[in-house]
Amino acid sequence: MDTQKLQGKLRTNILDMHFRANSGHIGCSLSCIDIMISILKFKERGDTFILSKGHAATALYTIMNEIGEIPDEAMATFYKDATTLPAHPAALKYNAIPFATGSLGHGLPLGTGIAKAKKIKKDAGTSYVLMSDGETNEGTTWEAGHFAVVHKLDNLVVFIDKNGLQGFGNTADILGDTASRNRWEAIGFEVAEVDGHSISAMLGAKQQMVDNKNGKPKLIIANTVKGKGINYMENKMEWHYLPMTEAQYEDAKSKINTDYNL
Amino acid sequence: MRKHFSAYIEKLAGEEDIIFVTGDLGYNALENLASKMGNRFINAGVAEQNMIGVAAGMASQGFRVICYSIAPFIVYRSLEQIRNDVCFHDLPVYLVGNGGGYGYGIMGSSHHAIEDIGTLSGLPNMHCYIPAFIEDMNTCMEEMFTSRKPSYFRLGLGKNMPATLTPQSYGAATAENPDAQLTIITQGPVANNLLAAWKEHAHKDKTELFVLNKMPLTSLPEAVSESIQRTKKILVIEEHISIGGIASAVSLLVNENSLPIDKFISLHAQGYPNALYGSQGYHQHISGLDEENISRIINTYF
Repeated sequence: MDTQKLQGKLRTNILDMHFRANSGHIGCSLSCIDIMISILKFKERGDTFILSKGHAATALYTIMNEIGEIPDEAMATFYKDATTLPAHPAALKYNAIPFATGSLGHGLPLGTGIAKAKKIKKDAGTSYVLMSDGETNEGTTWEAGHFAVVHKLDNLVVFIDKNGLQGFGNTADILGDTASRNRWEAIGFEVAEVDGHSISAMLGAKQQMVDNKNGKPKLIIANTVKGKGINYMENKMEWHYLPMTEAQYEDAKSKINTDYNL
Repeated sequence: MRKHFSAYIEKLAGEEDIIFVTGDLGYNALENLASKMGNRFINAGVAEQNMIGVAAGMASQGFRVICYSIAPFIVYRSLEQIRNDVCFHDLPVYLVGNGGGYGYGIMGSSHHAIEDIGTLSGLPNMHCYIPAFIEDMNTCMEEMFTSRKPSYFRLGLGKNMPATLTPQSYGAATAENPDAQLTIITQGPVANNLLAAWKEHAHKDKTELFVLNKMPLTSLPEAVSESIQRTKKILVIEEHISIGGIASAVSLLVNENSLPIDKFISLHAQGYPNALYGSQGYHQHISGLDEENISRIINTYF
């Protein structure tokens, strides 16, 4: 399957899951699904991945299902009682989901610890972390960033899903642009900025980062659109929270079918 | 206990899966350890939450990770990381908190940890160790380092265990007495205040002692249960607030087991009732945990 079709298919899966569950967090998953495809569909031996923005769980579940880490039967139980797939990832359910996230600011310390452990053991592979831009408000994110720099964790590659929106406003208006290139470069990260919906651009940046063993931890700022692919959701804060009506769901699916050539 | 702890860890330092992380503490105590462990000794800086997250990440890759700080800093600042990152995932991260209770004395309330056990012992998979003596510190550490479970180790000022006490495999040191009319339960180094009050007490021969060193207490050890059924009188002494400590655990278990009780007194940390500060001994005195008050309270049972 070409990558555009995969981007469309996984978006459709996300819409299906949210519609069946009548649940929110749709915009957050559509914002970062392309980043997750770039990391997980092209995973190499020894790579680990932490979704720090745990509220984008449907994006995580659908790509994990795509790569065979979560079975179809489990997918059908999303958001239901007695599921292994709650609205934020659960602990100790799937090997490919090493940490239960959902409270923001946990992923970078965890991914930093994994990268440090790999260095001590001289293990191959990259520790990937996907954060939201809102998460760069968290003090722990900066604590971990400084730790990663001092420990020269060039096997840590962090993606920021920079859609410019957080829980109750624009990130720039709330604590300033804490996900900006200059702030992260200032503490010692190597930073690239890419289109967060272009798989080829992200794969290129990722490969360059992984290959560059210069002793610096890496950050890829992926510029994204919240709700990407569904025009009435795009760049709208409310689609952090809202479920879809049936008419909205049908409309969204047909847009995806057209735009992604399904 | 701190130097003893450091010496113990130095012996473990050769085990390649042990990592030691400090929250920027250890002056005049951890220098040897740092040089022995090389890149497995990490100063995470004054950033306790990240220290725990990083530790959980390293533990997920097969390491056993010790995180060391002053007790209140590691427990309260990092609570969500302890709960979500360590406990939910049942990882071998060992929190070592120096100076539990009022251990840091005149340093003030920011440096005290009198709610730590209540805060941590209810978290999933968490094992709290509160040794009273150098000897049970060793057995607690052995258990902790072989268990690979989330753990909290409360380091206080411990003395050697007196010959009058007998170590028990269930995590206690006891002075059992079939003729006892009072069951005394205590935890942590405040046991030494009890022992000072008890060793020449007029009613010593009518009491029996249980110094318990692990929390949560999910069931009453058989010997403790038998003692309570015989004496029907309980005195609990702990350097921790009454909520979430050993007295509240014993009280719950006594009620769940329908054990009939005539008298139950809990001596516990009272916080800062007069809003004044001093040494550990001063705070113990204000809370009624000093030798004289313990002696007086024992008298009220007879």
